[in-house]
Amino acid sequence: MYWEQDVETMAREQLEALQLKRLKATLERAALSPFYGRLFAESAFNPSDVKSLEDLKALPTTTKDDLREGWPYGFLAVPREELVRMHSSSGTTGRATVIFHTRHDIEAWTNLMARCMYMTGMRRSDVFQNMMTYGLFTGGLGFHYGAERIGALVIPAGAGNSKRQIQLMRDFETTVIHIIPSYALHLSTVFGELNLDPRDTKVRMAYLGAEPHSENMRRKIEEIYGFKGYNSYGLSEMNGPGVAFECPHQSGLHIWEDSFFVEILDPVTLNPVPEGAEGELVMTTLNREGMPIIRYRTKDLTRIVPGQCPCGRTHRRIERIKGRTDDMLIIKGVNIFPIQIEKRLMGIPGVGKNFLIVLEREGYNDTMTVKVEVEKEFFDGDLKNLERLRRHIVEELKSDILITPRVDLVGPGTLPQTEGKARRVMDNRKE
Amino acid sequence: MIASQLSVFAENRPGSLAAVTAVLAREKINIRATTITTSDTFGVINLIVDDPDRAHTALSKAGMMVRIRPVLAVLIDDRPGGLDRLTQLLYQEGININNAYGFVLENHVHAVFVVDVDQLEKAERLVEKKGFKTLDTEGLAAVEPFHYRY
Repeated sequence: MYWEQDVETMAREQLEALQLKRLKATLERAALSPFYGRLFAESAFNPSDVKSLEDLKALPTTTKDDLREGWPYGFLAVPREELVRMHSSSGTTGRATVIFHTRHDIEAWTNLMARCMYMTGMRRSDVFQNMMTYGLFTGGLGFHYGAERIGALVIPAGAGNSKRQIQLMRDFETTVIHIIPSYALHLSTVFGELNLDPRDTKVRMAYLGAEPHSENMRRKIEEIYGFKGYNSYGLSEMNGPGVAFECPHQSGLHIWEDSFFVEILDPVTLNPVPEGAEGELVMTTLNREGMPIIRYRTKDLTRIVPGQCPCGRTHRRIERIKGRTDDMLIIKGVNIFPIQIEKRLMGIPGVGKNFLIVLEREGYNDTMTVKVEVEKEFFDGDLKNLERLRRHIVEELKSDILITPRVDLVGPGTLPQTEGKARRVMDNRKE
Repeated sequence: MIASQLSVFAENRPGSLAAVTAVLAREKINIRATTITTSDTFGVINLIVDDPDRAHTALSKAGMMVRIRPVLAVLIDDRPGGLDRLTQLLYQEGININNAYGFVLENHVHAVFVVDVDQLEKAERLVEKKGFKTLDTEGLAAVEPFHYRY
């Protein structure tokens, strides 16, 4: 039941000793990167002075903005020829962050992914259908490598094309899938359209990832398909998937503390919250060569699940993600910041001063509608020109946020404003 | 002669037209004709009124997005083939119609056909040369729609 029993069940003392050893090595390596080299010098921080895990708190946190400023090579701690892979965060061409991996890093990530899936019961005999986007997004390749490492047969199905997904599942007797939860619900309706029963497959478990979801949503998916659904958590800055994963007990996600140093901080004061209290997850890579990241603010809200898990693993568990400390939206697994939409819109002639993002759940699909005020001077009474503007906005947004939003044009001054500052997002999605 | 049409941007939802007519009623502006063209969630309300400039001011003041568009208001015979004579002429000259609508002036005698075309001046010269009468805003305001006689 363990992929690496010694690591997964390591006594806490030993685990913390391993963390300290790896933290020191990480800090030594990070000092070679332009960003941390400068930061350490400015804070008069010497990695060799670190004697305990507590000493890390002398350093400030690292934010996504820091990563953006360091674009593209500001965080590299190795010569470029050591790199074998790059990934970029989803949905952000204007504000992209890029993560580089050495061969060691890909190996380590692959091993963590294998550990996650093996923990839930994936074996060589399984047929794994990976229904995630391959490419710059980490969800596709991360799981792919991990499942191959276990020795399962991998079907690199990619995202979308529901009928083909169902066909593949049936033809090759898929036993395990990796899927975005909202897409899992949508796919069940396609089974219905084809007069097929979603329970009538060989799939016995699903990894639900790339999108925060509630316990109720998981139960609903499990009920519709008759399989077990496991919550998968990760972010590209910390490799991608494989950071934290549920074991068969499905009560919290084991966060791999041999590879990540975990802190839960108050998002305002950045002080640690009491053990078990909710706060922002902050992580430090402990096993990455190419691009070590120290005290990274994930902006994800969670808490440590108290107590020991009956599965025997000593790595602590985090609760499923409760929300975000910033205004990032997650739609169909794509991360979208309202500021991105604003930037694009404001560069389009004919667009007025205000816009509103409306999120809705239609059936099992999340939809995004962007209501855009038209500039008074643009309107010449011709409906065709309005239609052209609308299509232009759709194309512009699509090229940036990678999903196709609905765009509605509205008159100037008609969108709600609060105290002069426009309200940008209306989230009408309900469970 | 060139006539003026008011074009008002409106969201495609209940009450949009009512908001426009409420302003015009308050200002005692008479509507001669109206059409609505809609896209998915929005549209344009086109109006022929007796005082377009005053209507423009009033609707703008009410926060609406309004434009005055030049259009041709052509007097045609209100009998079979009356409209066909005009449209065949525009077709032969390759003039494209963006929007058009008509209303009867005098039952079985005259009607007005309003056309919003690409080449407005060319179209105007053409129809006038072929003997059609075009009305400007004053002309439109002066004619008595047939039902006023009852």
